[in-house]
Amino acid sequence: MAQMNMIQAINSAMDVAMERDENVCVFGEDVGFYGGVFRATAGLQKKYGKRRAFDTPINEGGIIGVAVGMAAYGLKPVAEIQFADYIYPGLDQLVSEAARLRYRSAGEFTAPIVVRSPFGGGIFGGQTHSQSPESMFTHVSGIKTVIPSTPYDAKGLLIAAIEDPDPVVFFEPKRIYNGPFDGRYQEIVQPWSRHPASEVPEGHYVIPLGKAATVREGSDVTVLCYGTMVHVALGVVEREGYDAEVIDLRTLLPLDIEAIVASVKKTGRCLILHEATKTSGFGAELSALVQEHCFHHLEAPIVRVTGYDTPYPHSLEWAYFPGPIRLGEALKRVMED
Amino acid sequence: MAKQEARSNLPPLDLYVPEPKFRPGDDADFSDIVIPAAGETRRPDIADDHHTMRDLSYGLVRVLDGEGKAVGPWDPRLDAETLRKMLRAMALTRAYDQRMFRAQRQGKTSFYMKCLGEEAVAVAAAFALDRDDMCFPSYRQQGILIARDWPLLDMMNQVYSNKQDRLKGRQLPIMYSAKEGGFFSISGNLATQYPQAVGWAMASAAKGDTRIAATWCGEGSTAEGDFHSACIFASVYKAPVILNVVNNQWAISSFSGFAGGEATTFAARAVGYGIAGLRIDGNDALAVHAATQWAAERARTNQGPTIIEHFTYRTEGHSTSDDPSQYRSANEATDWPLGDPIARLKQHLVGLGEWDEERHAAMDLECAEQVKVATKQAEKFGILGHGLHQPLETMFEDVFAQMPWHLREQQAEMLAEYEVAKAKAKQGEA
Repeated sequence: MAQMNMIQAINSAMDVAMERDENVCVFGEDVGFYGGVFRATAGLQKKYGKRRAFDTPINEGGIIGVAVGMAAYGLKPVAEIQFADYIYPGLDQLVSEAARLRYRSAGEFTAPIVVRSPFGGGIFGGQTHSQSPESMFTHVSGIKTVIPSTPYDAKGLLIAAIEDPDPVVFFEPKRIYNGPFDGRYQEIVQPWSRHPASEVPEGHYVIPLGKAATVREGSDVTVLCYGTMVHVALGVVEREGYDAEVIDLRTLLPLDIEAIVASVKKTGRCLILHEATKTSGFGAELSALVQEHCFHHLEAPIVRVTGYDTPYPHSLEWAYFPGPIRLGEALKRVMED
Repeated sequence: MAKQEARSNLPPLDLYVPEPKFRPGDDADFSDIVIPAAGETRRPDIADDHHTMRDLSYGLVRVLDGEGKAVGPWDPRLDAETLRKMLRAMALTRAYDQRMFRAQRQGKTSFYMKCLGEEAVAVAAAFALDRDDMCFPSYRQQGILIARDWPLLDMMNQVYSNKQDRLKGRQLPIMYSAKEGGFFSISGNLATQYPQAVGWAMASAAKGDTRIAATWCGEGSTAEGDFHSACIFASVYKAPVILNVVNNQWAISSFSGFAGGEATTFAARAVGYGIAGLRIDGNDALAVHAATQWAAERARTNQGPTIIEHFTYRTEGHSTSDDPSQYRSANEATDWPLGDPIARLKQHLVGLGEWDEERHAAMDLECAEQVKVATKQAEKFGILGHGLHQPLETMFEDVFAQMPWHLREQQAEMLAEYEVAKAKAKQGEA
């Protein structure tokens, strides 16, 4: 075991995967020599050479398209898109190509690629360095969407994603790269070293895709969340004394419906928390599924706490962010009903 | 998949991955960069067919020689007053950058990007364009606004996201928008402004207007698909637009080789699209002015677009977020063979007998003072993160012209949340 923050765990996942399988390669803007603007690929070029860890032109469609082609040859490409906000020029290659290759060739060609990308706000990045576009990818048949919330999960999930036979979009909540930020922006964030999930095995392990984690057991209300919001939820629930069950989805697609249904049937109440905009956000899908599977067990309407339906503002970042106060009020509401 | 058995009679393939010549610890040596003498490059007539000027995509238009003399056919023959104004706009841009960079380091804002060493690219171009020509810049052409006498105070208010920020604190610092200054809203996504500039130019042409458009992107951004989109539309419709590529050698940590710079010049992109291309010394304000004027005349007379590659050097890091000493040689900036654009224009003016050290020093002081005064005013209106500078409800404005019900609902929710926050804060005090 070693102590790792989230960046170190993600770096370790790629290192382990590259060590075990010479077909694994990593690339993206500033990924090679510099090791990525967040340093997630630091040291990989030195260790594995520039044929397996390299910089690319600034062309996201090219990065993802090239990954598809490399995968068609038999490599296991792990491409980095520097910020999730930059992923849109790569959408055609992801949506029309990577996601459909297995289907349209009846399994003859596949695209086992991983597209890693830091996402989410809370770093005063303005509207082009703060977005949470995850729901778009779940809407496309053929892409798996994964979002870790701790160093331990990040490493196990990323190795699983790299070993997965299908394309995976792996969104990294950059606000918690260095510590489990719980939404209280005026307080100093504790480093990961004080959190048990910073104990990470140095070697190989996987956390299977499609399995949620019940990070806190409770009986009054189920909170469904992922990424940074897991820590926001845990903080509020503990401080305000709710007997809430907090489920970290970890994989949005395929979704661990069993864990969700079992929990909501137990608690009878459901609150969904994400940073992304509300309308057509992943919360809408979760809400529909909970309603379909648990209607007769629900004691109160399902509540969504999300980012507002505006671009991510720069100076009003903390008013935008669905933080402890918004969540606290929503929890009150869902328990009163 | 295991690799196929190598065919015995063929050599194995090898993947080429570019590598810059110098990395941290290396002594950068630029002696292999081919720099034609100032004045050497021919200046075709603006009516000439682009086919006849392909050589200009591979050359380097230079006007100022080593002694600061303006030589050759590209000398724009500007009067001394204009030269002094241009010099001052570059010096003011530098002073402004220096102050705002420091403000970020002092925690007064979240982010900043300097254009140190690249001042001529924006300033001299702005002097050659008409005031009502439309600019679609990248995030490193603050010099356009300064050359167009845009108030520093307004720019600083944006950088601080303060009460007087016209963009309501919504944008990352330096992502200005100044419609009255002919300056399009800056995007953080790269090269998106390129096809937009072409579209503006096409509209101007379709309407029989006389205004043209100009756009800028870094050499790294020419790799984006939007660069291609812009070139093909500009070529097909002979759009009255100037496509500037600021080749400052570095895109964060990636050298120009990752944008294709090892294989050919960036101006040579023009050849493939059948449009005019010029490669120029971007640290030579007179070359920038002359090339822009030439391209503008072509555009204004329906001769179509021009790609201008400004060969320059990014003296600072990409932004306040990176440390260039981690990825490039420390002496690159000081040893850049094309010098400093401000020093070169100054030398030229001194040589003409139109400038001297005393006046230059006085100008620098004046610029510093102007920046200082504006900073004081701007900081009175607030700095980022210290107080609420925009009314919360403004967050929901301008998503649409008319606010739909769901945003009105969310707006009300947010204001209610704020009341709770205030009450909690009060409880905490009591």
